[in-house]
Amino acid sequence: MQIKPAIDPIEAVSAALPGALHSVVQYAGETTLVVEVAHLLKVVSYVRDTAGLIYNYLSDISAVDYYEPTGGIGNRPARFAVNYHIYSMLYNRRLRLKVYVDEGDDGSKPVVPSIVKVWPAGNWLEREASDMMGIVFEGNPDQRRLLMPDDWQGHPHRRDYPLGYETVQFSFNVEEIMKHKPFAKD
Amino acid sequence: MGVTQKLGDLGVVTTTLETAINWARTGATWPLLFGLACCAIEYMSTQGGRYDLARFGMELNRASPRQADLMIVAGRVTRKMAPVVRNLYDQMANPKWVIAMGDCASCGGVYNNYAVVQGVDEIIPVDVYVAGCPPRPEQLMHGILTLQEKIMGEKIKDWA
Repeated sequence: MQIKPAIDPIEAVSAALPGALHSVVQYAGETTLVVEVAHLLKVVSYVRDTAGLIYNYLSDISAVDYYEPTGGIGNRPARFAVNYHIYSMLYNRRLRLKVYVDEGDDGSKPVVPSIVKVWPAGNWLEREASDMMGIVFEGNPDQRRLLMPDDWQGHPHRRDYPLGYETVQFSFNVEEIMKHKPFAKD
Repeated sequence: MGVTQKLGDLGVVTTTLETAINWARTGATWPLLFGLACCAIEYMSTQGGRYDLARFGMELNRASPRQADLMIVAGRVTRKMAPVVRNLYDQMANPKWVIAMGDCASCGGVYNNYAVVQGVDEIIPVDVYVAGCPPRPEQLMHGILTLQEKIMGEKIKDWA
């Protein structure tokens, strides 16, 4: 069987899906395609199914909270980002897709389309990102929390989530802490 | 034929009911079989042949909380695990005791974050705290002997 030689994912995607790419980052030998949220599903299907690309394995989905999106290094277009780390078993190379997404003006959660229909393995990965970062994956068949208890308030990996619920004890503040510490009764 | 006739004159020991009951409880305090983290490894080592917890009558782990008298919380308790630990404690029959083994069970240890309970005493009453990360088997045995001292000092009038 003749295997088509590998083609450049940047050129292929920008030629086949004009307007889908926000920008491209190449750093330390890694390629990141920053994708517009509206075109995510099309890009994901395209890089999986096109001969010469065949990125057929979803390694991981990770979400990032940049907290101060504008300015700084990279000049982020939005507060949250979702990364899709995908791998081509055929050509032994990796690609990262990235979408930036912001909270709604009314404080509603950021929404990203679910890729479960393309990669079923993304189900739990999306649930983890949804649990920890509060990103809604629209179309995910199971919207429950994955790691935290079901009645948990908030999303622990967000930058504005408190680190711990008890101040570190020192000799000068131990009495203050003990006053608020809940102790179990028999 | 009574004991005195069979073995000779053994004399008479007088004691209080309190002391007799407390003495009986110390030697057969069976721990509940569960471990939560790396402290459980030291706990297993304590019960192994080298340190031999059987000397104190406490080597027999019960896998059912109905048969256990002592809960050794060996490891960090996450907020998700806390209801389970409390449920196990509630299922144990009275009298029951708790040893918080290690820094994590005693005060949260290095895990001062949203996920870990800052001391298991927030969910169940603790009798003895054993420091260490993890405590060596000798330290756990010292904690167990301290608990036995505490049991020996219990008063009937304090029992519910």
